[in-house]
Amino acid sequence: MAGPLLEVRNFHKQFPGVKALNGVHLHVDHGEVHALLGENGAGKSTLLKILSGAQTADQGECLLDGRALDPADTPLQRQRLGLVTIYQEFNLLPFMSVAENLYIGREPTRRGLIDWKQMRADARATLADLGLQVDPEREVRWLSVAQQQMVEIARAMTQSAKLIVMDEPTAALSSREVEVLHGVIRNLKMRGVSVVYVTHRLAEVKQICDSFTVLRDGRFVARDAVSGVEVGDLVRLMVGRDVEFVRRSRHADAGATVLSVKGICADRGPSGRHATALHDVSLEVRAGEVLGFAGLVGAGRTELARILFGADRCDRGVLYLNGRELRPLECPTDAIVAGLALVPEDRKQQGCFLEQSVSRNMTLPGLRQIAFWKFFVDERRERELVDHYSRALGIKMAGPQVNIGTLSGGNQQKVLLARCMALNPKIIIVDEPTRGIDVGAKAEVHQLLCDMAERGVAVIVISSELPEVMALSDRIVVFREGRVNGVVSAQDASEAALMDLMALERPAARQPAMTM
Amino acid sequence: MAGRFDAIAWLRKYGTMLFLALLIVFFTCENQRFISLRNLTNILTEGSIYGIIAVGMTFVIVTAGVDLAAGSLLAFAGMAGAYASRSFGADFSMSWLMALATATTVGAAAGYLQGRAVTLLRIPPFIVTLGGMTIWRGATLILNDGAPISGFDGGFRWWGTGTIVHIPVPVVLFALVAAGGYVVQRYTRYGRHVYAVGGNPEAARLNGLNVAGIVTSVYLIVGVLSGLAGFLQSARLGAAEATAGTGYELRVIASVVIGGASLSGGRGGIGGTIVGALLIGVLTNGLVIMRVSSYWQQVVIGLIIVAAVAFDTFAKSRR
Repeated sequence: MAGPLLEVRNFHKQFPGVKALNGVHLHVDHGEVHALLGENGAGKSTLLKILSGAQTADQGECLLDGRALDPADTPLQRQRLGLVTIYQEFNLLPFMSVAENLYIGREPTRRGLIDWKQMRADARATLADLGLQVDPEREVRWLSVAQQQMVEIARAMTQSAKLIVMDEPTAALSSREVEVLHGVIRNLKMRGVSVVYVTHRLAEVKQICDSFTVLRDGRFVARDAVSGVEVGDLVRLMVGRDVEFVRRSRHADAGATVLSVKGICADRGPSGRHATALHDVSLEVRAGEVLGFAGLVGAGRTELARILFGADRCDRGVLYLNGRELRPLECPTDAIVAGLALVPEDRKQQGCFLEQSVSRNMTLPGLRQIAFWKFFVDERRERELVDHYSRALGIKMAGPQVNIGTLSGGNQQKVLLARCMALNPKIIIVDEPTRGIDVGAKAEVHQLLCDMAERGVAVIVISSELPEVMALSDRIVVFREGRVNGVVSAQDASEAALMDLMALERPAARQPAMTM
Repeated sequence: MAGRFDAIAWLRKYGTMLFLALLIVFFTCENQRFISLRNLTNILTEGSIYGIIAVGMTFVIVTAGVDLAAGSLLAFAGMAGAYASRSFGADFSMSWLMALATATTVGAAAGYLQGRAVTLLRIPPFIVTLGGMTIWRGATLILNDGAPISGFDGGFRWWGTGTIVHIPVPVVLFALVAAGGYVVQRYTRYGRHVYAVGGNPEAARLNGLNVAGIVTSVYLIVGVLSGLAGFLQSARLGAAEATAGTGYELRVIASVVIGGASLSGGRGGIGGTIVGALLIGVLTNGLVIMRVSSYWQQVVIGLIIVAAVAFDTFAKSRR
């Protein structure tokens, strides 16, 4: 067949306070596996949602097999057209069998009743065709994540899918399971089915994909064939930025080491979407310094931050606070008492109380300091505190009693920063402090973090935006696949060197592994 | 938009109160006896007993929990109190003190157990308290072989039938409990923590709150208040009965929900709950006075619960 299978032209999508897509193109040929790449906030999720029919684009058009798709299509209509999306959270019914899941809503019938025999036979045939070893009569809840994924793929095939979109299909799979998945994808390809493959594991792109598209900050960056492209090139396309942040002039002497960890090991916990195992992570942070955590998504940056803060447990390792040896902190309560503060990665899920006022959001962990008789909140002092930080941080809102849910992302983030600052922490960890907020607010947040360091606070900044890490940090710790792949001084660091550390196994790190 | 009168927002805030006022006017027009001092006292005294539990239930529902066992626990604690006062309080001039102490202690212990089952065993509150509902009712029957305990002395009966400056004692206690609950919710760290846990448990944990402890505590509170209500109920009726408080949990939950709380947590307040409790009290009593059959009363009350929540959902979606 001539022409591409899927053609997306010039998608735009505006959300309150942030432009999620700004002129995005996507071109997928028949029978090809196409990688869709980009860091968090690049616009991949928004693009997938528009493709699946869950959201509509403000502007732009989309053609499937040369025919323009109606933007008003529901997800069900898109599936009927052969465009099936498999999300990370599967759409399976856990208490029903595999066969029932495959044919839900389209059960084969005989004289008005479900023809169970036919359904089981069809299911068995579909599974066998794909080379899947799953019992069609098993209830889905007993299957592993990998098997459930196979059921999703099989269901797409029973709907005669032409294009299957897979959102990070390997994020939760073991390397063995990844091989099985890749085998199935090759099988799909042979049948002329195309796959859009979203992944953060760039090595896979070389293994399984034919071509790729990179998005960055909601814009289209590049489309090319995979052959002849190196992993390092992909990283450069994903994290390279045209806009440089103003590099901080401050480079005061850092003080004493306030926090250090040695030999942190942790299995993949249930936390977060990309839970990564940590292997023997050691690092230290000094008073008055900004320490940047760089690395691709899933490299273990957030996992370590959560362990430092006591939000997750680790299996091995020691934590030193002001030189005192501690078992890693047991819970965030201990961490806050010890002088740590965390601005979490996911503002809405982990940070805000969306139905409560700005004032209550800001003062929650620090109520002890504005209480009288230990138990009662002194509302006058609370008002003063909120006024002080609202003014100092330039939080734009109708008043401190409005719900935080009504504020823009940048202002919400400032409220969460104010919440931490009000605790007078010695160490503050900020995870993706400027995700999803506009440029002006980004600069303001950067200034706040620098001011804190200036006052002797140890600041740990985690960011997927390399220029941001470079502009803010005194030293940068680069993570790769759950290990520290290098620590560099920000003055000596070039963007290229950092990208190499993010993408490639360091020779020195490989040596001991080989001698083992 | 600011400054323009928004009727729906206004109704959402004061609608229940307005409806309560309209009901009172309506019932008074229908029958003068409704507004008599005697009848109002009656409404308030009856309402006070489940109103006391409703104050505790507000805390539970704000944490996105629910307590279906409150009615049974009222009976069990009331029976335990009466039992203790009969067995050990006889030589002791203040037999009511024995009953009050026992009832609230039993309530606290039962509430604590339920709270721990929710937090340690991670059983959903609906299931834990559904079990509790049967367990405490059964325990009440076991305690005195299903028979009531009566024959309390005057000091005991005073708690249910006496007055303080013409106000019935249970009403005074309800006012004190409600005021205490209001102050705790509005002005204390603990109150803020309860809302935080109900609004976003993960964020609450990352803000250093002891989520399990706070959740356990709200079941303890509703347990103590159920115990107090059980004591007052025995004092009022002059007997601790195994069937006391049957169905109270639903009336209590309805009061809290009509008062504007959300069963998914994070929203609600004592003020609303009091209005909700009064609304149900006035409605039940008014329908009786109008000689509406008790069958129809149930239908009407059910419809009003659904309508109140439907309006709230509608007003919220409109924003």
